[in-house]
Formats: sequence, structure tokens, C-alpha cells
Amino acid sequence: MCRKIYLLKRLVRLDGKMNNIIEIDQVVKEFNDNKVILPLSLSIYSGEFLTILGPSGCGKTTLLRMIAGFEEPSSGVIKLNGGVVNNLPPYKRDMNLVFQHYALFPHMNVEKNIQFGLKMKGISLAEQKTRAEEAMKLTQLTEFRSRKPHQLSGGQQQRVAIARAIVNNPKVLLLDEPLGALDFKLRKDLQRELKNLQRELGITFIYVTHDQEEAMSMSDRIVVMNNGKIEQIGTPKEIYQNPASKFVASFIGENNYFHKDDQLIAVRPENIKISQSPVGNYKGIIKDIEFVGTLNKIYIKLNGEDNTVIVYQMPDQTNLSRNEEVYIHWKLEDEVIMY
Amino acid sequence: MKNGMYGQIENVITFENITKVFDPLYLKVLWTTFWIAVVTTIITLLIAYPYAYTATVVSEKWQRMLLLLITIPFWINFLVRSYALIVIFRSKGIINTLLLKLGIINEPLQLLYNMPSVILGMVYTLLPFMVLPIFVAIEQLDHRKLDAANDLGATPFQTFFHVTLPLTMKGIFAGSILVFVASFGMFVVSDVMGGSKVALIGNVIQNQFLGARNWPFGSALSIFLVLSSIGLIGLYYLATKNIGAEKSGGEK
Repeated sequence: MCRKIYLLKRLVRLDGKMNNIIEIDQVVKEFNDNKVILPLSLSIYSGEFLTILGPSGCGKTTLLRMIAGFEEPSSGVIKLNGGVVNNLPPYKRDMNLVFQHYALFPHMNVEKNIQFGLKMKGISLAEQKTRAEEAMKLTQLTEFRSRKPHQLSGGQQQRVAIARAIVNNPKVLLLDEPLGALDFKLRKDLQRELKNLQRELGITFIYVTHDQEEAMSMSDRIVVMNNGKIEQIGTPKEIYQNPASKFVASFIGENNYFHKDDQLIAVRPENIKISQSPVGNYKGIIKDIEFVGTLNKIYIKLNGEDNTVIVYQMPDQTNLSRNEEVYIHWKLEDEVIMY
Repeated sequence: MKNGMYGQIENVITFENITKVFDPLYLKVLWTTFWIAVVTTIITLLIAYPYAYTATVVSEKWQRMLLLLITIPFWINFLVRSYALIVIFRSKGIINTLLLKLGIINEPLQLLYNMPSVILGMVYTLLPFMVLPIFVAIEQLDHRKLDAANDLGATPFQTFFHVTLPLTMKGIFAGSILVFVASFGMFVVSDVMGGSKVALIGNVIQNQFLGARNWPFGSALSIFLVLSSIGLIGLYYLATKNIGAEKSGGEK
């Protein structure tokens, strides 16, 4: 079944036709005259891993809750598979949400939690069991089937939340900062698991996070949001290399800004070269060198300017020392103009 | 045990009073009491749950109002309240007068001094003890769990039965025990509302102490009442232990 969907998705891709599973058209959301979402339009492709990325309070969770059906748009249209779903309650939408704090049912064991959605839809007990079994196998929960949520670790609870959602074979899986409460190592592992799961199932994933690294490593496309509107939509590479605004440039990765011919330009720290002999227009003093494992972060205070420039270098390249006077330069193609 | 005669207490050890408790006459009274307590508990629960639920979903202003309404009777003396009910329900009381004036009935209804009136009095008196624990339980309910159920395809009705109700069981149990125990030992309400028609175990005990002056037998009955209350609470606790334990943890 899953395999079929995946192949179908491949076919669609090969066909060159990207069908949109969700269309968001000019959607606005107000809470007591406070506009949380400004007119916003977005098309979500079938089978993609789309991440909505932004700082807290940017409206990304509200957008997700509108897609899930917990909030109604103040105006505009949300379409699922071509049909308007604006006023459709969540239980009538063919999609599932993985909640930020899992929201597992504490009075049910793992298996019962996973079967819940199927049970509510009146699916036979035998099928409930087979499908729950499959979902538990997929999320490595088989041995914990009879445990109650409070007897599980955070990572296991997260897996239950995911299994509980995917067992329903939703068209779209919504994830609201699902890994936010987990520690770094576990988060990294689960990120890979989620990405693999999405590839395997071929379900459209809409993933909300404020963690740019997470967004970069998992997504097919990223939607960067700020103050209730979309700043940029693109692949992780496009967004990193060609940020459309200063907000995007600084929110995703570190960046350096320079004024050049009345324009603001951004240059990534890894694209700046340091020279001890006079090259280019910028001269400064090394204020600090940080060793962060894979690279050295070098902070340079430019002469006659307020800002400090950050440069990345491989640790074995560095023969620089603090308070040394250096020159910096970069290739023209590494400049990104900010509008 | 002690045996009493002519009002005074003689320090003689006897089991006579204990065996007397199991006299069919008193067992019947005990059975009636138990039955009334069960019915009272069920009725208060049926009224209290929707009431408490309403209080959690309405605006803050209305919530305060609803909770105030349920606590106001506490400010008035228990006995005064019971007599106030008589004013309402007696043959020339407010209800009968109103119904007569409206021509719905031709002669006053017998609304007092029977079993239903005793139960009504109990429900009225004990309702707050049910509403408040249930209100707290529903108020503390994590709404994300309701959202999750909703998201997984449960209609509001299904969500209520599969999530809300099981997760507020603790409040229901706490309220039920409070109401059950209180109505099991109640004698004022049955005295006032039931007259001499409905005798509960509480009335018999009161009678033994104040009327018949047979303190030893009254004591034997009291001990029996206390023990059976404890026994019933124990049974109740055992029956509901599993459901209670599930909620003690929950996830972080």
C-alpha cells in the first residue's frame, strides 16, 4: 500500500506534473483585531516534506492549526485535494497532527493509543490490530505496546505520537515542533527517522519548527515566516545561498553584511577569505578565534566600521592569532544583494 | 459491650446490641438508607457533571456566577435550608399554589414526606460536594488531549466518552464518595422532608440516643454504620483503583 503511493508519487513527478494537495489562498487570521496571519498564499505539493520555519510568534503554529482545522481563517480559502475545508472540523479532515507535547492519552497503553483513530472510524478490531502492529514495527515500539505513556521516555512518547497519526494513513501529516522537548542527540536521531519515514510512506509532511538546522536537514522545501507573512519559499539550498531578505539571511545560518554602492550585501562566513597581505577593501583586527570542532570561527573587527565579521576556516588552515591585523575579501558571486 | 436499661448505662459485657443490629427491622432500614444513598449519588452526578462541564466552557464571568450559585447555600444554615424546602413543597407551598392557580392541578400534590422528597432534599443539600470535585477535574483536563482525539477522527461525542469522561473519573469518584457517605449517615433531611414516613439509619441512631435513650444500642448501630461506610468506600476504592492509577502519571 505504502509502496504503491510512493511509486504513484514518483510517476507524478516523472510526469512533470506536481499536483497540489493543499492550496492556501489569501488566508488571514485575526484574534481580537490582532492580525496573526497577514494575507498568505501557499501551495503544498503532494508527497513533499515541507517545513514552515520561523521564530516563535511568527504565526507558523496558527497556520498549521488552520490547516488541521483547529482554527478557522478570518478570510481566505484553504483547499485540501481541491475541496474547500475552511469550516470542516478536524475529525472530518483526512490529515493528522503530531502535537508539540505529544498529547497522548494517559489512560490508554501504547497499542490503544495507536488504535484510537481507527477505532473512532469504526474499523474492525482485526484490522485495527494489524495496522497498529505495522505502525509499531515502523516506529520500533512493538516491545512497549502495553506500557502507559508515563512509563515511556520522551523519545518513545514521541514515537507513539507519530505512530498514532500515521496508522490512519492520512493524506497529510502535520507536525508541530515534534522534537522540541528532546535533547540534542535524540533529536538528531529522530530527525533522520522522520525523514526516512516520510520517504517510505510517501505522505506529505508539513513540519513546523523554529530550528533552522532541523529545517535545513529534513525538508524538500522550506517556508520561512516572520510576523505573519512568508519571507521566502524554496529548497534549503536556495534559501541558504540566495536569501530573499535580510531576515532570511540572518535567521538561517550566520551571515555578514556590508554596504556597497548604496546596497546592502550579505556574504556567508565560509565564503570570506582572510589574507595577511593587503588584498581588497577591508582591513581589520582579529578579536577572537573560537574552535568549534569542525572549524574555527574567527571574529574580525573592521577598521572604521561598527560590525564584527565572522569567518569560518578549517582548523588546519589557521595560523592566525588574536589582535593580528588582517585583510578580508570574497568572490563577487558569493555576494547576495539584500532588498 | 454495654447494655442499657431505664436510661442508665450498665457496664456489662454483652453482644445483645450487636445481634439486635441484624434484626430484620434494622436491616431493612439499613437497606433503604443504602438504596437512597445510591440513588442520591447517581442523581447528583447526573446533575453535577453537566453543570460543572458548563462552568468550564463558559466565559470567566459566567463561570464565577455558576460557582457562586453552587456555593451560596453553604452560607445559610443547613437546618434553615431544609425548612425552606418545606415552605416550597408543602401542600400550601409555592409550587402547589402556583400549579393550583394555573389550573394544572385541582388539589395540592403530596410533595413532602415521601421517598422522592427525601431524595430531592438530599440531592439539593449534597449537590455542591459533587459539583466542586468534578469542576476541578474538568478544569484541569489538558485540552490538547481533546484536540488530539478530535484530530484522530473522534466526533465531539466520541471525544467525550473516550477521553473527557475517563480523564475526569477522579473527580467523579471523589464527588461520589463525598455524597454517598454524607447521604448514608444523613438524618436531618429525612427528618424534615420525610417526616416520620421515611426512616433512615441516621434517624434510628438519633432516636436511640435522644428518644429511646438507649445509648448502647445507638452506639452499636453507629459502629455498624461507620464500618459499613468504610467497607463500601473500600470496595469502591478497589473497583476504581486501576482507573485512578492510570492518571497518577501521565506524560510530561
